[in-house]
Amino acid sequence: MKDGWETIIGLEIHAQLSTESKIFCGCSTRFGDEPNANTCPVCLGLPGSLPVLNRRVVELGARAALALGLQINERSIFARKNYFYPDLPKGYQISQYDQPFSERGELEIMTAERDEGGHPKEWRPFRIRITRLHLEEDAGKNVHEGLPDVDRYSYIDLNRAGTPLAEIVTEPDFRSSWEAYDYVNYVRRALQWVGASEADMEKGNLRCEANVSVRRIGDEKFGTKVELKNLNSVRFMQRAIEYEIERQINLIESGGRVVQETRLWDERAQETRPMRSKEEAHDYRYFPEPDLPPLVVTGEFIETVRATMPELPGARLRRFVDEYKLSHSDASLLTSERALADYYERAVKASPNARAAANWVRSELLRELEAANLSAEASPVSPEELGRLLHTVEEGKINAKQAKDVLVEMFKTGKSADAVIQERGLVQMSDEGEIDRIVDEVITANPKQLEQYRAGKEALFGFFVGQVMKASKGKANPKIVNERLKAKLSQ
Amino acid sequence: MPITESDIAKIAELAHLEITPEERRAFTPQIAEIVAYVEQLNELDTSLIEPATGGLTPEHERADASREDAVRPSLGQKLALDQAPDPASGHFRVPKVL
Repeated sequence: MKDGWETIIGLEIHAQLSTESKIFCGCSTRFGDEPNANTCPVCLGLPGSLPVLNRRVVELGARAALALGLQINERSIFARKNYFYPDLPKGYQISQYDQPFSERGELEIMTAERDEGGHPKEWRPFRIRITRLHLEEDAGKNVHEGLPDVDRYSYIDLNRAGTPLAEIVTEPDFRSSWEAYDYVNYVRRALQWVGASEADMEKGNLRCEANVSVRRIGDEKFGTKVELKNLNSVRFMQRAIEYEIERQINLIESGGRVVQETRLWDERAQETRPMRSKEEAHDYRYFPEPDLPPLVVTGEFIETVRATMPELPGARLRRFVDEYKLSHSDASLLTSERALADYYERAVKASPNARAAANWVRSELLRELEAANLSAEASPVSPEELGRLLHTVEEGKINAKQAKDVLVEMFKTGKSADAVIQERGLVQMSDEGEIDRIVDEVITANPKQLEQYRAGKEALFGFFVGQVMKASKGKANPKIVNERLKAKLSQ
Repeated sequence: MPITESDIAKIAELAHLEITPEERRAFTPQIAEIVAYVEQLNELDTSLIEPATGGLTPEHERADASREDAVRPSLGQKLALDQAPDPASGHFRVPKVL
């Protein structure tokens, strides 16, 4: 960013809560069904229909709130947010307003600026205040693609109308696009981790909006903010914010003024554009939803939910660093998904040491999983089998390089470590008598090199090692080979 | 709070109603009268009374009024669109929106 300027960013995330049925009716939340098939009088907004709250929404909302360090209010109120749009059949969205489900969260995450290639520079802790997380229903969808006369018509699919959402709003605490990027990734991971949401941006079950403004360093007042939408991935959001910062600074420096508006990110053009909209004052005229009682959540309920929560990613990351002595970046990677963290911990129990297990899971196993597009849960190599393999390396039965090949084979065939080692005849030769015999043979067969070595050309040591390994077809234990060769060459 | 013509214009706009200047002038005193009537309620001292949201008293609020997360049959596309003024290709069709 340009010197002398500061950026202020606040974020809003909408996450679809993972329920089977909608928030206020029994229609399915399934994605991809025939348009308008999953609708009923409630989600179509037909007169006389009444909403009934889905209990699971409250539970998942509580899990999400606790995962993000929010305080759950004992009593919250649903409110009508009134506006006209064809995808909103009732003419209002049932949301929450002045008494939301949960408030006042604070989160500490790790963040880092990135270099040109997108690689993190230096990780540092970063605190964000989360204003609120409230519960609401989603609207339907306007569809244009593949339909006739779209220059004149819009087509409405109300399958999504009434899908439960958690809206998560932060204070304007972000000062860079990468802080925002790391935060959204953290929230995504946390929501998946506690089972509150699939939080998949590509499927549209996690959407985010950014409020961006700039001001000269030292200014007390915030600049005029612009709302960014159509941020279909975390990376797009980061780019859109970056573009917007530059646009606003250039605008002000050239004597212009930032207009308060909503702008859409155009990924193809790599720019933000003002959203076309009628000049209409936003006046949602919120009022309490008369068809729903206040949502009362007891302390007992919150404790029950808390008791069933898994250890959260941040806590687990810190524990991995303390307990297993992992680097921050290893611990961060291993806690990027709950299934992977679970896998790692089971592997630790079965392995000779935790750091070796981390290295193997992080590099060798993850590579295979990624290539096969599998999650850690679905790994054909169980954590116990991986641990068994690491023991064979530790015991010197096979070397690390061989173990890597064995792991690939285990992954491909689902066979045990021992079975693959047996089949491939890989068991390392550690019998000193046998190794001595080969060492003697090699020395006898290479008198010239022996003479040069003894004359001081010590680099030839490697040559002898290579010959012995070759003669043993790679099976000789390199440590013993080194010892015996050293002894015999200097005799 | 006195109701002015510009309030009426704004309400009409928010409600997507087109009204003529004559109607605006006619509605202003009528709506002002309705509001004044309801405003009589402000004479009551409600400072110690909790708002009864959703028509419930505080005691009734604690009764569970939620449902299980279970899918129930929906109307299906055909029935959902049956009363729509202009259905097309399985959708509700409306004049183009931005």
